[in-house]
Order: sequence, then structure tokens, then C-alpha cells
Amino acid sequence: MTRPPGALTRNDTVTRINHWITAACFILLTVSGLSMFDPLLYWMSNLFGSGQWARGAHPWIGIVLFVSYTGLVIQFWRDNMWNRDDIAWMKKIDRVLANDEEDVPEVGRFNAGQKFVFWSMALLIPILLITGLIIWQTYFWTWTSIPTQRAGLLIHSLCAIAAILIWIVHVYAAIWVRGSMRAMTQGYVTPGWAWRHHRKWFRSLVATGSNGPRPNVVTRETRE
Amino acid sequence: MTNYQSQNYIRISATTITPPVARNYEASMAKLIDVSRCIGCKACQAACMEWNNLRQPVGLFDGTLKNPPDLDPEVWTLMRFAEYEDDKGNLEWLIRKDGCMHCEDPGCLKACPAPGAIVQYENGIVDFISENCIGCGYCLKGCPFNIPRISEVDLKSYKCTLCSDRVAVNLEPACVKACPTGAILFGTKKNMTDWAGERVEDLKSRGYEHAGLYDPPGVSGTHVMYVLQHADKPTIYSNLPDNPRISPTVDFWKGLIKPVSLAGIAAAAIAGFMHWVIAGPNEAQPEDEDAAEHLIEAKAKSPPPPGGGGKPQRTEPVEPPV
Repeated sequence: MTRPPGALTRNDTVTRINHWITAACFILLTVSGLSMFDPLLYWMSNLFGSGQWARGAHPWIGIVLFVSYTGLVIQFWRDNMWNRDDIAWMKKIDRVLANDEEDVPEVGRFNAGQKFVFWSMALLIPILLITGLIIWQTYFWTWTSIPTQRAGLLIHSLCAIAAILIWIVHVYAAIWVRGSMRAMTQGYVTPGWAWRHHRKWFRSLVATGSNGPRPNVVTRETRE
Repeated sequence: MTNYQSQNYIRISATTITPPVARNYEASMAKLIDVSRCIGCKACQAACMEWNNLRQPVGLFDGTLKNPPDLDPEVWTLMRFAEYEDDKGNLEWLIRKDGCMHCEDPGCLKACPAPGAIVQYENGIVDFISENCIGCGYCLKGCPFNIPRISEVDLKSYKCTLCSDRVAVNLEPACVKACPTGAILFGTKKNMTDWAGERVEDLKSRGYEHAGLYDPPGVSGTHVMYVLQHADKPTIYSNLPDNPRISPTVDFWKGLIKPVSLAGIAAAAIAGFMHWVIAGPNEAQPEDEDAAEHLIEAKAKSPPPPGGGGKPQRTEPVEPPV
């Protein structure tokens, strides 16, 4: 892959593959799930061949997504820890939305919006998995009572809608902040991108001579 | 099982268009099961198997007269036997023919996501159209009577059709034809209700003061009705629900949240597009590249970074200079 000189790795190869497996699963789940959610969208099940195919594939794709997202959690959780900077950043969200980041507090590898997406999904996906197993007719219909399954269906639907809304925010943010999509396709960003959007992260990379995605860390010995 | 277009539809699952209503009038039909006249012979069960050609594999005997143990994709009607002792210590043997109640307001049809997989004919019969069924099991969750069952062979849902195929050609359901005591009758809902009224009067005159017709209003009435000796206590008849209705959970899930959710999703997408049009993309500018370059150069002039280029290790990162 050709990269301009000085480019910083935003997401390494494993992360990118992991992300796109998750993304593909999410889209397939959205299509098959919405087709069963509202009759207006039943036609989308034809993308799977038939309603029966969409119904059959949906839970299996869900399991793949759960495993895949677990991989993302393992790779991203440290950089998504909430801190005081995030509150300051949230208070300036109007400036961020207006593309004027000059007096917005500097942020690390992820800003508060990205952290919100990350943690919301980290919460919703396990709920979707559990409620999904409860309503998985083929294998688990005898495992729980029908009132439990009714509640499972309702919670599953509501969480799925919430996840889809968050996903729209996520996708639009990637389109809006130019260079973000490339950060997840080819994996790199320019120093200017890092300076503009994630200055704290950029400073930590420069300070430790790292090309990303995480700063090189310093042991007590090398600090001498 | 299959579609009988000789009948008008009242409802079609997962469909918002007006169903075809070519004919100007069709009578509302009902099956009346008079529990007080049932002798538990299971002729109805046998007739159901025979007409619908259902042969469940031989299972296990559980020590009661109920056989097989439960409704099944291949068992569309089942005699349930209950021994009931009243407050005076008298034993009553309450035998209820269980199966689809053909609700006027069917929960299965409301829950069904597959267009045309469940239909309600104008005569009141609620029928599953198997080729449209996707096997999701939502009908099981929608049903207030716990009736439908999904086949493990073809993953489709089955239940009593009220012999819609027979009724469509003016025959009574197979169970009705087979009943030797006249405990199962079939006719217009009005006739059946009138006849049930006479039966209830008779039962009351013989000391069953709470005798009554089970035609539960919670599901707007049913097209399979029971005459019960103790209509005040339906649950003593092998857990016949007191006041069946579509669960509020199902109502909510299939009600307001569908349009609200789709509107929300559309609004989120439109909001994104409007932001793009109004604020536009956020792109790193040459000034940003210059500033970044400046920081890198300043760093290069200062002493070499500690531990630079090494593999990340599990220790605290250095605080970046601010």
C-alpha cells in the first residue's frame, strides 16, 4: 500500500479487518432485521433470497457480529476510557458540528462522540445477543416462557433501533470528517488530520516517536 | 395450510393494503364445543389426524389420559383432561378439546412479519398459509392461547385450520362430523351462540349456576367457543385463560414503535444529509499540515524521544507536552 511520507497509522491491519467484518455483519443484520420488524420493509428479505432465508441467517450473523465486536472492544477499550477532557469537548459540540475546532479542547485518539458510539454498541450488542438467543425459535423456543420471549422481542427491537440510529451517526461522522474513511480502509491519516482532529493523540505519537496507532511507551529504564 | 380465495379476507398478516373483498356477504361461522357433553372419546382427535393426514411419531405415555402430551405441528387438536374437586368435595372430570380458538382479533396474525402467512377469512377462520410462513415463531408469542407450533422438519408454523378446506366447500370440520355426542357443533356464530344459550339455561337448571359461554371479549370473541359448566373459572379447564387478550408487550411492539422507529431512522439520515449541506465536510487544511510539520520538526530538534521506536509495553505512557 502506498502511503504519503509522514503518514500515521490510525488503525492497523488486524483492526481494519475486524472492523469491516463487524460492519458487514451489522449491515446484513440491519437489512434482515428490519425486514422482520416492519412489513413495509419486508421486501429487504429478498436480498437474502426469501423471508425464510433472512430469518434463518439473521441469528448466525448476529453471533459472528458479537464475536467480531468483542475483538474491537479488546483493541479499543483503553483508548475509549472516559475522562475530563470528554466533558469539556461535549460542551463545545456546537463548535465541532460547525467544523470550527480551534477552541475545542484537544482530544486523544478518540473524541467523546466516538467513545459514545463505542460504549453504546458495547452495551447494546450483548443485550441484542441475549434477547436474540431468547427469541431464536429454532433452537431455544423451549428454554424460556412465552412472556419472557415477548419481552425479548420488544427489547431486541428497541435495542436494534437504537443501534441503527447510532450506526447512522457513526457512518455520517466518517463521511463528514474527511480522511476518516481512509483511516479505516487503508489505515493511515496525515499528520495534519491528526493535528486537526486528535491533537492530543498526535502529540503523544510525536513525543514518543511513534507512527501510531498508539504512542510508544516509556519504561523507567529508558526514561533515564 | 393453503389459501382459499373462495372466501373474502378480513385480515392478511404484515399487509397494509385493503384485502380483496369481492363478495358482498359471508356469514361469520363458529364451532361450539360443549364441554358438558364431551365424553373424552378422542374421536375428534382421530378425525383431525385423518382428514388432515397428520401422523405424529409414537411418543411416550405420561400416565394420563392426555395423549399425545401436547399440541404439536402434527397434533392440531388435543383433549386435555382435568380432575376438579368443588368446595363440596365432588369430583368433576373436565375434558377440554384444546386447539386454535380462531380469535376475532388474532394475536398470531398481529405478530406475524411475513405478508400473507396468516389470513383471516370473512367467515372468521384464521388460517396459516404455509408457503408464506418464514418460521420466525412470532405467532407463538402473539397467541394468547399458546396454540401454534413450529415444525422441526420444515420450520413452518402449524395449527388447527378449522378445516378451512372443508368449510370452503360447505362441509363441517372433521372433528364436528366425528363427535358422537353432539358436543361439537358448527354453524353461524349467531346460531351457535343461541344454541349455547339454551345449553347454558339447561345446565343452570341442573345446578351449574355459573354455567356460561366462553367467547372471550378480550380478543373480540372467538370462532371456537366453549360451553363451560363453570364459566366463572375457565382456568380449571386445563388452564383456559380467564381473560385472554393480545399481550400489551406484543401490542406495543407491533404498534407505535414501528412507525416511530422508521421515522427516527429516516430523520437521522436526513439530519446527516442536512448537516452535510449546511456545514459540509470537515477537511484537514494546509495550515493543519503545516502545524503538524512544525511540531514534528520541533521534536526532531529536541533530544531523541525516550524509548522511541520500541514495541509498546505495558507501562504508563508519557504525558505528551502541552
